[in-house]
Amino acid sequence: MTEINYSKSQKSIDYTGAKFGMWLFLFTEILLFGGMFLLYAVYRQVHTADFHDAAMEMSLFFGSANTVILLTSSLTMALSISAIKRNARVHSMIFQAATVILGLAFLGNKIIEWREHILHGYYPDSPQLLAMSHGKILYFGLYYVMTGIHGIHVLIGITIICFILILTKLDKVSSTDYIKLENTGLFWHLVDIIWIYLFPLFYLIK
Amino acid sequence: MMNQKESPHIVGTRTFVFTWIALLLLTSLTIKVAEMQMGRLSMLVNLLIASTKACLVLWVFMHLKYERRIFKLLLIVPIGTITIIIGLTFFDIWYR
Repeated sequence: MTEINYSKSQKSIDYTGAKFGMWLFLFTEILLFGGMFLLYAVYRQVHTADFHDAAMEMSLFFGSANTVILLTSSLTMALSISAIKRNARVHSMIFQAATVILGLAFLGNKIIEWREHILHGYYPDSPQLLAMSHGKILYFGLYYVMTGIHGIHVLIGITIICFILILTKLDKVSSTDYIKLENTGLFWHLVDIIWIYLFPLFYLIK
Repeated sequence: MMNQKESPHIVGTRTFVFTWIALLLLTSLTIKVAEMQMGRLSMLVNLLIASTKACLVLWVFMHLKYERRIFKLLLIVPIGTITIIIGLTFFDIWYR
């Protein structure tokens, strides 16, 4: 009786198929956020002055800091993938951890920002907001929904990276099988791209 | 077995760092443009800068430059869809 070898090298991996599937999912994400950007575009066109006024409440400091944070996290994510391809497992784990830390910093900033706005009375259905003009109500509604759903995506990304970090430590993600890390990277970069558009639309319309 | 005919192409650290620096420079540029307050022109320029940044992330960080052509072609589908949806909506909105 021949011994059946269930070693890792016998597993069938469809590298291109897995990557393709991830890109298809990213396409649906583009449509998801695209729909919200459509809402933003239309309401800003209809309530131009109100959007300008409401945007004064935004903190350029926090918006810019978060942009730099996410751009840097994309760098660390990309470097983690190059590292695993070179079989530099520890380097890859360090870069993955750095990405997580930057992601948490982004969320921390978001919490500070939202807290400020909520304390000032600008939150969905607040009496102060409902007393304002229609355009301003729409701006804040869009702000909370779009940055909120984006923030959920950041949180999901962080969670997945933590999971992949553990897999990397256990050598289940390695230089011969790294598609999970690569797909995670694709998701993370998309989250970054969405913020690249959110930043000018909410923070740079003074 | 992972198909080694796929791109085991490893992008160098330098490429990633230069792209990151370019992204940071474009970010500071977009903030400066907003401060100049040229109204509608500011918004248009900032959207163009944002799109440039997005392209850099897609091309380099997301490895699209080194992927096979079908990936690049299929990306046009959601981009084109959203562009058409927003564009055609504006043909309505502008004339209300």
